[in-house]
Amino acid sequence: MGDTLALYGHLIAARIRAQLQYRGSFVLETVGHAVVTFLDFVVILVLFANVPRLATWSQPEIALLYGISALAFAITDLMVGQLDWLSNWVRDGTFDQMLLRPRGTLFQIVSSDFQLRRLGKAAQGLVVLVYALSVLPIEWTPLRALLLVATIPVSAVIFISIWVFTICIVFWTVDGKEVANAFSYGGQFFAQFPMNIYDRWLRRFLGYLVPIAFISYFPALYILGKPDPLGLPAALQFAGPLVALVAALAAGRMWRVAVRHYQSAGG
Amino acid sequence: MRTDWEIARRGFARYAAYPAATIAGAFTNIVFGFVRAYILLALYGQRDVIGGYDPSAAVTYVWIGQGLLMTIWTWGWVEIALRIRSGDIALDLIRPIEPLRVALAFDLGRATYHVLFRGVPPFIVGALVFTLVYPRDALVWLAFVASVALAVVVSFGFRALYNAATFWLLDVRGMIMVSGIALNLFSGFLVPISFFPDWLAAIARATPFPSMVQTPIDIFVGRTTGLDIVAALGSQLAWALVMIAAAQAVFAAGVRRLVVQGG
Amino acid sequence: MALIEVENIRKDFVVTRKAGRLRRERSVVHAVDGISFTIERGTIVGYIGPNGAGKSTTVKMLTGILVPSAGRISVDGLVPTEQRIPLARRIGVMFGQRIQLWWDLPLIESFELFRHIYSVKAERYRENLASFRELLELDPFLETPVRQLSLGQRVRGELTAAMLHDPEVLFLDEPTIGLDVVAKQRVREFLLRANRERGVTVLLTTHDLADIERLSSRILIIDHGKLIYDGDVEALKARYGTERVLVVDLEEPGPPLRLEDARVIRTEGLRQWIAFERDRTSAARLVAEVAAQAALRDLTVEEPEIEDVVRRIYRGVAQHAPNV
Repeated sequence: MGDTLALYGHLIAARIRAQLQYRGSFVLETVGHAVVTFLDFVVILVLFANVPRLATWSQPEIALLYGISALAFAITDLMVGQLDWLSNWVRDGTFDQMLLRPRGTLFQIVSSDFQLRRLGKAAQGLVVLVYALSVLPIEWTPLRALLLVATIPVSAVIFISIWVFTICIVFWTVDGKEVANAFSYGGQFFAQFPMNIYDRWLRRFLGYLVPIAFISYFPALYILGKPDPLGLPAALQFAGPLVALVAALAAGRMWRVAVRHYQSAGG
Repeated sequence: MRTDWEIARRGFARYAAYPAATIAGAFTNIVFGFVRAYILLALYGQRDVIGGYDPSAAVTYVWIGQGLLMTIWTWGWVEIALRIRSGDIALDLIRPIEPLRVALAFDLGRATYHVLFRGVPPFIVGALVFTLVYPRDALVWLAFVASVALAVVVSFGFRALYNAATFWLLDVRGMIMVSGIALNLFSGFLVPISFFPDWLAAIARATPFPSMVQTPIDIFVGRTTGLDIVAALGSQLAWALVMIAAAQAVFAAGVRRLVVQGG
Repeated sequence: MALIEVENIRKDFVVTRKAGRLRRERSVVHAVDGISFTIERGTIVGYIGPNGAGKSTTVKMLTGILVPSAGRISVDGLVPTEQRIPLARRIGVMFGQRIQLWWDLPLIESFELFRHIYSVKAERYRENLASFRELLELDPFLETPVRQLSLGQRVRGELTAAMLHDPEVLFLDEPTIGLDVVAKQRVREFLLRANRERGVTVLLTTHDLADIERLSSRILIIDHGKLIYDGDVEALKARYGTERVLVVDLEEPGPPLRLEDARVIRTEGLRQWIAFERDRTSAARLVAEVAAQAALRDLTVEEPEIEDVVRRIYRGVAQHAPNV
């Protein structure tokens, strides 16, 4: 395990070195990425220019949802964003080369790149989060602070698991890749807004089955001390870590099944 | 003319050859459609009309937007850029027909396929679940179709323009990203432009982007009526001509540079 | 137990094809249709066949990329798809047409990364690297980014990368493709040396039959998913290479000679190429026959090209041969 982590470090360091060679370009790209992803928040600001509240949620409260989900998604993108290339790699034989190396295939994909410019998204997400936390009348307790800090990595794990699980479709049909986008990018969009605006069926589908509700909604409820508009048990607000564990296990299993299928059906 | 038709047919066939990709894409359009529809509906808990839209019109706006997404292809179209990068553009320049004209014909064929198979299905799903608004007049339907066609041309002009930048820049990734987001916001795709604060709406209207999305939608939901429709179509046509001319100019400059410098 | 044991393996692919507007037709393609062979440690084996014969499918099954539809495979005692990672540590792979090195990093950094991926001990890595640097003359371009290397340099880099972790078996797919004659020779020498000094077993798929002739002692020929020849290169030529060519230089130019049991296949000024079947007439008799008709200045006898031999096998001339 230590050996694998060390290898991850080496591989990522190599990618970062390669990117830093073009320092000017890197700064420009990171800033550009931050600006471009910030437009998602601009949309929220535009919406609130028209109404004071969105289904009982104020603008800073939505900003909290946005900040948490943006950070979680930025970490996800940074770590497993390479999965976007999987359909290309399956098609052109690069994935076969990964099967020839003495390392797990998912590990190889994850460690194949580390796009520093994605930090731009994390930066703007952090700015919005800090803004929200400073403006909102939160009654801070040690538990609240702990939950906030823990939520970011935990939510990232949930997002990563969702992405890994859904991208496996390309092992059955390479053209099916866009379906995964519905859950990764669609999921991120979904997580920026509170669950109670969605109809029941969509909440069940994208909120619980694909456990996106646990990424931003439930943690935000606890941090805000806000009574759940949906009236769900408060215990769910702490379920993040457990959900992350289950999701990660499911994603790992799905990946193994998918690769096995790929090896049977035809390299 | 015959050539254009043949090329357009190829454009259609090229995308029709991958039904799985189309279905997958339509699925994603539908998922996003639902999320966006509920977000907008949540706004109407407080007010009956926002930016000139009532709830039904707003939801209709979402589903038409989703349908137009791939038809207009607002993000990530790099066909010309790739040909410039690989040098294949040289082959296009030898042929006795303008590369941009070929690309436009091809794109219109493609857009026809996408409006039928990526545009209509999400709209039908939206129509089954939500109450949408529809034009009552056959002329308005016709105007809508014309507006969509013009929107494709405006979009093509813009896409060709930023693709042509490849003659100078090596990496168009940054341009794609900026253009994609600018497009999505200022076209009125993410949020109707009438929801914008006045200053932002003014900026948007100074760009060709609203012609790509907002204009056809407003015709469909009845926000633009009567003679205003003619004016709207006229402005789309104007933008289409401007964008195509700009694309031609930049492309020609790029070709000159290529020929002089040797790529 | 032999290093590589392949027992009656099959690989079937289901192919769907459009049959008209809407209907789809499913058919099964037997890419590999019952192949068996064993390869002993320390040998160099050539594996050839026409395009689509099943070569790469076989290699994919041997290296753990593809699961056989039936049959048993064992490489160094391991089942490839079941024990992919332990197997990956013991094999080296090199594709002539695909790049395994990191494109934008200096060559040496690719080696460093491979060292970590394969967990090669620092000491051993240094030894191997020093050895390959000398053998393949890597120093002039060790610091150059891979994308700036010439094909020959890149191939040398790839070979090094494939060998750094002391693999038991090397799988090479068209290693000399696109190289000039000198570079090809260098690669072949390197492989022979690796085989001799390190005992590396080599399975070589190639379309360049000179590779086969210079490197391998044994040749496997596959066609339509079946093994149609498994044996010596020399034996192959002896059995199927029955045609030979007598090249004569005459004193004076003249029309093509008229000969019994032989035919002139080419003329160029004073020189004529005469093809004959080894079992129909002998070179000696043919020379006498030529001398009787024209003044002879010089002559040579050309051995069958393995190209021609293999071509005849591909074309099915050898279908009725008893060997396989």
